[in-house]
Amino acid sequence: MTKSKPYMTNQNTIGNSRRDFIKTAGVAGLLISSYPLISGCAVNNQKPTIGRVVVIGGGYAGATAAKYIRMWSANSIEVVVIEKSSQFVSCPLSNLVLGGSKSINDLTFGYDLLQKNHGVQWVHDEVTAIDVANKKVTMKRGEIRYDRLIIAPGVDFIYDTLPNLQSAEAQQTAPHAWHAGWQTVNLRKQLESIPNGGSFVMSIPKEPYRCPPGPYERACQVASYFKKHKPNSKVIVLDANPEITSKKGLFSKVFAENYAGIIDYRPNNVVMEVDIANKIVKTDFETVSADVLNIIPPQRAGKPALMAGLNNIDKRWCEVDFLTYESKLAPNIHVIGDSVSAALPKSAHMATSQARVCASAIVELMQHRTPDPSPVFANTCYSYVDDKQAMHVANVYRYDAEKRIMRSAEGGGVSLKPSELEGQYAGAWAINIWSDVLT
Amino acid sequence: MINKKLVSSFILISSAALPILSIAAEDIVLSAPNLHIRTLAASCAACHGSNGNALAGNAVLAGMDKNHFITQMLAFKNGDKPATVMHRHAKGLQVNEINQLAEYFSAQKPILAISPKAQKLQADHD
Repeated sequence: MTKSKPYMTNQNTIGNSRRDFIKTAGVAGLLISSYPLISGCAVNNQKPTIGRVVVIGGGYAGATAAKYIRMWSANSIEVVVIEKSSQFVSCPLSNLVLGGSKSINDLTFGYDLLQKNHGVQWVHDEVTAIDVANKKVTMKRGEIRYDRLIIAPGVDFIYDTLPNLQSAEAQQTAPHAWHAGWQTVNLRKQLESIPNGGSFVMSIPKEPYRCPPGPYERACQVASYFKKHKPNSKVIVLDANPEITSKKGLFSKVFAENYAGIIDYRPNNVVMEVDIANKIVKTDFETVSADVLNIIPPQRAGKPALMAGLNNIDKRWCEVDFLTYESKLAPNIHVIGDSVSAALPKSAHMATSQARVCASAIVELMQHRTPDPSPVFANTCYSYVDDKQAMHVANVYRYDAEKRIMRSAEGGGVSLKPSELEGQYAGAWAINIWSDVLT
Repeated sequence: MINKKLVSSFILISSAALPILSIAAEDIVLSAPNLHIRTLAASCAACHGSNGNALAGNAVLAGMDKNHFITQMLAFKNGDKPATVMHRHAKGLQVNEINQLAEYFSAQKPILAISPKAQKLQADHD
């Protein structure tokens, strides 16, 4: 086999990929029979592939990486995405569901076009183990080999200090709603049933967490709803951080000017204990009782990253090479999106920017070529302060070859003030990024 | 097209039997895409769509006249053209990157981008 293929080298597994596929026909057969939706097979079989990339997670990062690897390899790399949810629900804009100007059904999409348009193979399953040495991923209903693996699981929640919040029942009462989905819907319903004069208490974990401005946008969205419909109600924000972590000047002004008497912002307030039944929160300073309770727990890299043992930074985040997003701990495994340890905001645009650098690098590495030595990318993040007005933080990030990190380039910054014009651009941002990631 | 390229680069590897890194420079010649610009351009997709095919009224960059692109971006960069957010991006880019982005986007074929269809959230979702 090696002789017939001039491109076999000692260190690659390019030729092996096909052989493994046949050798593990039982596995492949099992996969295919369990998952009739592996629609890319017909497409892939028409031309030889130069290897297989398995992507764990079909969020902003994983879906983008899958698409761009297919596009930039001219479909010569087989891509299989493993995703436990059957739908994509956007976290960006999900705070508007709490404000009442969007429905969760406006933010929910299928993966069909991504699969069909790019021949991305899709496995709807949950990863249970990753065998780094044998390049194999085990799921609840099968297993699959990879030449390169991308882990893009988003964040997982840490309940070490608040163990009673971990159960589904507890989260029915006190949803985090920090993964968009039914918890978002639940929280909105609770807000609708709050009496005029009732209090919404939310807590923000210490940095880093997913979407730095997200909690403050949430406070504005709920306040915007109260201002219109329940003007005597309050939004109490218990922030574990010493100050607002993103767009500080802008949010401070909006809190003071648009939501005076509604938003009560309390920094340096770490939640120590939650009495879920009575909706009482104890912080290191005070005891606060709520009508609606929204505890956003501290976060770390998603479970698959922990399964592979890649969370070497504070036992929470994964250290990567910013030229390729390959893990510093495991060869041939790349980590992208919120799980990465970096001085970069954990935003959706950032996740897609990292995904494309990773995709480009993988396409080059699998052809034994050198990736771009100086990646540059952009991040634009909008926050809505009510149903119409938004404001941005935007930066270009450039690779610093000496420090081997991504650094903010000159010119970055935030809006002068929130505006309806930026509200329109924020909506256009969502439409364009959804089109890019999902079609 | 790409297959030919792949094969030729692989032959290069096996016949020269050199370590991977040492063939990189030659290989970049074989490699059609300007990786740096392609990835940077793709980073614009959040607002300007895949390969510059924007929806929702944002500027369609695919097929845009090179000079127009450069003029606009330099005006954002220099602060001559008022903007909500584009000056942030233009200031972060080098002039040679702006020139190459102009080249890249002008070569993209304008197509009608599509939106995924919104769905009802299913009961089995988280």
